[in-house]
Amino acid sequence: MAFLSVRDLKVHFPTVDGVVKATDGLSFELEKGRTLGIVGESGSGKSVSSSAILGLHRKTSAKVSGEILLDGTDLLTLSDEQMRRRRGKDVAMIFQDPLSAMHPYYSVGNQIAEAYRVHHDVSKRAAKARAVEMLDRVGIPQPDRRVDDYPHQFSGGMRQRAMIAMGLINNPSLLIADEPTTALDVTVQAQILDLLQDLQKEFESAVIIITHDLGVIAEMADEVLVMYAGRAVEYGSGNEILTHPEMPYTWGLLSSVPDVSGDTDARLIPIPGNPPSLLNPPSGCAFHPRCPHRDKVPGDLCFTTLPELAPGTRTETHLKRCHLTDPDAVYEREVLPEIAPDLVEESHS
Amino acid sequence: MYAYVVRRLFVGVIMLIAMSLVTFVLFFASPIDPARYACGKNCSPELREQTRNALGYDKPVIVQWTDFLKGIVQGRDYPDDPELRAAAPELVTHCPAPCFGYSVVNTKTVNEEIKEAFPVSLSISVAAVVLWLFFGVLLGVMAAIRRGTIVDRGIVAAALVLYAFPSFFIGLFLLKFIAIKWELVDVPVYTTIAEGGIGGWLSSLLLPAVTLAMLYMAGYVRMTRAFVLESMTEDYVRTARAKGLRQNKVLVKHTMRAALTPLVTLIGLDFAGLMGGAIITETVFNYNGLGKLAYDANTTNDLPTIIGLVLLLGTFVILANIIVDMLYAVIDPRVRVG
Repeated sequence: MAFLSVRDLKVHFPTVDGVVKATDGLSFELEKGRTLGIVGESGSGKSVSSSAILGLHRKTSAKVSGEILLDGTDLLTLSDEQMRRRRGKDVAMIFQDPLSAMHPYYSVGNQIAEAYRVHHDVSKRAAKARAVEMLDRVGIPQPDRRVDDYPHQFSGGMRQRAMIAMGLINNPSLLIADEPTTALDVTVQAQILDLLQDLQKEFESAVIIITHDLGVIAEMADEVLVMYAGRAVEYGSGNEILTHPEMPYTWGLLSSVPDVSGDTDARLIPIPGNPPSLLNPPSGCAFHPRCPHRDKVPGDLCFTTLPELAPGTRTETHLKRCHLTDPDAVYEREVLPEIAPDLVEESHS
Repeated sequence: MYAYVVRRLFVGVIMLIAMSLVTFVLFFASPIDPARYACGKNCSPELREQTRNALGYDKPVIVQWTDFLKGIVQGRDYPDDPELRAAAPELVTHCPAPCFGYSVVNTKTVNEEIKEAFPVSLSISVAAVVLWLFFGVLLGVMAAIRRGTIVDRGIVAAALVLYAFPSFFIGLFLLKFIAIKWELVDVPVYTTIAEGGIGGWLSSLLLPAVTLAMLYMAGYVRMTRAFVLESMTEDYVRTARAKGLRQNKVLVKHTMRAALTPLVTLIGLDFAGLMGGAIITETVFNYNGLGKLAYDANTTNDLPTIIGLVLLLGTFVILANIIVDMLYAVIDPRVRVG
């Protein structure tokens, strides 16, 4: 069995207007030392799902069901106290905006050492020494001095490094990075991603990286899970999905990535419309109201029937949730010329 | 930090001077003639002019005001008129600097009046602050933790009901039932520590302090609840939970610390306002504090006392603001300068 195995995960929030199905039947697997990229628009259920793995949802507001097997133990069957003991130790999380994710009133060192002392019975001095060590490891210059600084005295990139130090201080076997580079400069983004990759090799941890940035996915992810409206719509190896996507939503994501590498004629095409309401999701395939290819499916299947997450036409491990019978042909004929015209020309000549 | 405090104090003094001028101008802008009031019912126009002279109300407002300021620096002798002083030297009252004036109504210097009344108001305020802070914050935090439950609703509803009762009602209710009818406590009479020891002092403060505390507590319950709930949604509280911290530790170290900043502001200003006297509560219990002094001074058009109290209250509010701002720097490292 895989190191992390999530099966049919559902996170539902009951509200006065009805049940918000933020995550509705999500399954995936992840081995140690591998990286899973979860990609999707805001509100597609990425963060909600990963918070569920960490057990961060309050039982009073969220109903979490399914299975989250970490090293054979179903985290959802643990008591609150058992889960608390694992949180930050076996599973750690790095959050999106390190300025708001760190407490403004406590020094960086205090907050990092705190994460260590929760799970290790050591003196404050020893924990601080450990914090300095971690700050050094993530590349903070003069860590023995900077450890007493407050978060507002750090630059954005340094804050995110400090967050990473905090997340990794207990050597977790699973690290969840929720949009770790979104709030950072482009140059700093690359450094942070490199650091995460180095540390992953060093600690042999499994990493889930949540992002809406396909560039991050291309750089980091061994496997990719594309989410839409709380469900996986495409799941497979990173290379497969970036080169041969089979689901119109993934095509849309690819088309909306700016290509700054060369003087191509590629156009930036946003996905029309807005992410659907999770309170009243569309019938059938949740993407059908925005899908430019729904007319290629005979009948009104897209409007009435939710497609299964099933292997497409390429490999058994490349799953897609779409009624299209020949997605690869449509992709090559209609989508690829739009997003990478030079690529198409090359293959024809 | 040092320079900052000095600067703030300097600005505060200028504000106080401006406040005293405004109070003078407002007092004389009112249609009530203070000389006529002081002169009494059977007053002839000549007698009224004589009184006006004796009180110094015949001088232009600006001169009266500069005399007042001079008195603060140099001290003053009363009555103001040198002829009257020469005529009856045994009746002259010397008011040493800083002199805030002489109340003809109470035949005392304002300094003496304040010296007598201030300990009463300070005692009530301190007792009330301790009570309402303890219960208000405790109940507010409890309501926030149990948000949406019957505990939360009960606390919030009770706070709202309490808030709706005016303090004269609560004060009279406590006085009438707790002290007089059921005789659970003695009818409160203000006792100094010198007279009754710490125990006697505290028990004399019980009912007035409870009256005041109930009023403020209601606000503090709701405010604390809101602050704690707000900081519970902060990203850093989620980070603290993601570390695996125990719930209590998350609450005390991360959530409450953040909720402290707005609370400190409230406490500082409310306490400063209270020290200037709780008019209604002091009147209900007949405690001769600053509030009662202010009320009496207003009903008798006693300008020197009014000015003195306005400046005293202004000083408290200005000092409280400075102290609150300094506390910010203690609480929040982002505010620290240099």
